[in-house]
Amino acid sequence: MILAGLVVLVVVAAIKTFTLPAEAGPGELSRYTADTWRSFIIGGLSEGAVLALIALGYSLVYGILRMINFAHGEVFMMGAFASYFVADRFSDNDFLSSSPAIAMIVILAVAIGVSVLVAILLERVCYRPLRNAPRLVPLITAIGASLFLQNTARGFFGPQARGYPQPDFLDGSWNLLSFDIARIDLVMIVVSIVLVAILDYFVSSTRTGRSMRAVALDADIAKLMGIDVDRVIVTTFAIGGVLAGVAGVMFAMRFEQISFTTGFRPGIAAFTAAVLGGIGSIRGAALGALLVGLLRSLGPALLVGFNIPSVFQLEDAITFLVLVFVLLYRPGGLLGSAAAEKL
Amino acid sequence: MMAGKGADAEERKPVLELRQVNTHYGLVAVLRDVDMAIYPGEMVCLLGGNASGKSTTLKTILGYVTPSSGEVVFDGEVISGKSTTEIVRRGVSMVPENRRLFGDMTVEENLLLGAYTRTDKAAVEQDRQMVLDTFPVVGERLKQKAGTLSGGQQQMVAMGRALMANPKVLLMDEPSMGLAPILVDQVFEIIKTIRSLGRTVFVVEQNANMALSIADRGYVIQTGRVVLADTAANLLANPMMREAYLGEL
Ligand SMILES: Nc1ncnc2c1ncn2[C@@H]1O[C@H](COP(=O)(O)OP(=O)(O)OP(=O)(O)O)[C@@H](O)[C@H]1O
Ligand SMILES: [Mg+2]
Repeated sequence: MILAGLVVLVVVAAIKTFTLPAEAGPGELSRYTADTWRSFIIGGLSEGAVLALIALGYSLVYGILRMINFAHGEVFMMGAFASYFVADRFSDNDFLSSSPAIAMIVILAVAIGVSVLVAILLERVCYRPLRNAPRLVPLITAIGASLFLQNTARGFFGPQARGYPQPDFLDGSWNLLSFDIARIDLVMIVVSIVLVAILDYFVSSTRTGRSMRAVALDADIAKLMGIDVDRVIVTTFAIGGVLAGVAGVMFAMRFEQISFTTGFRPGIAAFTAAVLGGIGSIRGAALGALLVGLLRSLGPALLVGFNIPSVFQLEDAITFLVLVFVLLYRPGGLLGSAAAEKL
Repeated sequence: MMAGKGADAEERKPVLELRQVNTHYGLVAVLRDVDMAIYPGEMVCLLGGNASGKSTTLKTILGYVTPSSGEVVFDGEVISGKSTTEIVRRGVSMVPENRRLFGDMTVEENLLLGAYTRTDKAAVEQDRQMVLDTFPVVGERLKQKAGTLSGGQQQMVAMGRALMANPKVLLMDEPSMGLAPILVDQVFEIIKTIRSLGRTVFVVEQNANMALSIADRGYVIQTGRVVLADTAANLLANPMMREAYLGEL
């Protein structure tokens, strides 16, 4: 019922948006051109690409522990923040423009290293001791850990956002099939696709991946196979950390800033993506992230016709709305109920 | 207590031994002063009614639960207190109650997981071949999701998976449970086959007649205590057994 109402609302808004006058006087809204729509779509895809990498972290851990690691957004933020100090240095001494390849490798290595470390520490310190506790307990602990990490970052690095340098080679755009696409966006999309494909192969076809799926399906019987369940769990957190580290660098470079809150909004959006796709499923997380990214970008644009002041601030509201509706009507997510390649 | 070992087993050392084992769940004692010994190459069955502690005995051996006193000795070393993973790596495997396959994985993957800890590729391949020879049905279904097999087929995969570990001792928890009568016969035939391969098998059963007809020895457990321990032949002839477990009056 509510859902139908919303659909009607969006359709009406979209019609209004699409029928805005093509030419408008000063201070009036005009219809978006095809180019503008394309840039919304590309923006949505590149945001979705980053969200996918974060969403996989939620999904992998949920698949194995049936627990939402609410501190995962901070795993992402911590890696990005640590790499900021290196990137800033490289930018100051021009290393970033003189040897961008080496500089990028170092920046990524630092981000990945710190994200993995934070993820593993979270597991060791916060979750492992609670593995047999009622499910609400680690959930609350996760939220506590998230606040702790945010405030630690704030305490050490200050509350203000800092400018994250973007290497020259990612500045500007490439011409792809007759239209221009920002380099950073294309890089984000390609990197994300490659990483998701590698992960999908890893989990479905390697021995370690098989052991991860075994633990996810039945931890007691996994032990009976001689699988070291603790090690599999640590590996899972570490993989989530690697993906979050890469995502952190790309995100910070795209928006050219970093602060202690950087992990929060992408964290929620990625969590929504994981739930939408079907939490526990790799392809689900990727699909969910794609959809959430597009919705966050296109959703506000479709509502422009309503003349809402600062409509583009609505992206988080839209994200939450999606989350609520998925939880209400399809808690298993889009691919979750099929459970085909559930982790 | 009567120790009904086979004559030539007398001089050998047990491969698996429980010594005065007590196991609790919380404050509730489930196993009390349990003594058992399994010798290499033997097939021993553990009989008992519902909730008598049969599964708990196997869980104690495998380290899923730690005995509150007493010890489990495997291959001359105390294993109680060690993790399940460690105990399995030393050579104990189990066909669990209700099969417990990885239902979302293929039969092939289930078998591969059985051999998870093994690095001897050639020997693994041999065992795989042996499993496929022993259970032709399994070979026909390698690419099928294990959860979509029938109960009987799943039981064979569960046995195949356990054999893939090439265990020194193979534990089975009620392999005939929940199967149609013809399948029960089939399962016992298979256990006989496994046994003829020279495996050491310790099988928990409610189906006392069937179990004793293929075992060398048996233990009978009642509310956590071993009340009888004897050769299978003697147990089959024992009047108390006939009354309580063999369904005759
Ligand atoms: N995890 C547990 N926590 C508490 N009590 C348990 C647990 N597992 C088993 N028990 C109790 O221990 C007793 C023995 O259980 P066990 O599973 O060993 O019996 P069993 O002989 O295998 O029975 P069945 O033939 O029904 O499988 C039962 O009273 C059972 O309720
Ligand atoms: Mg039982």
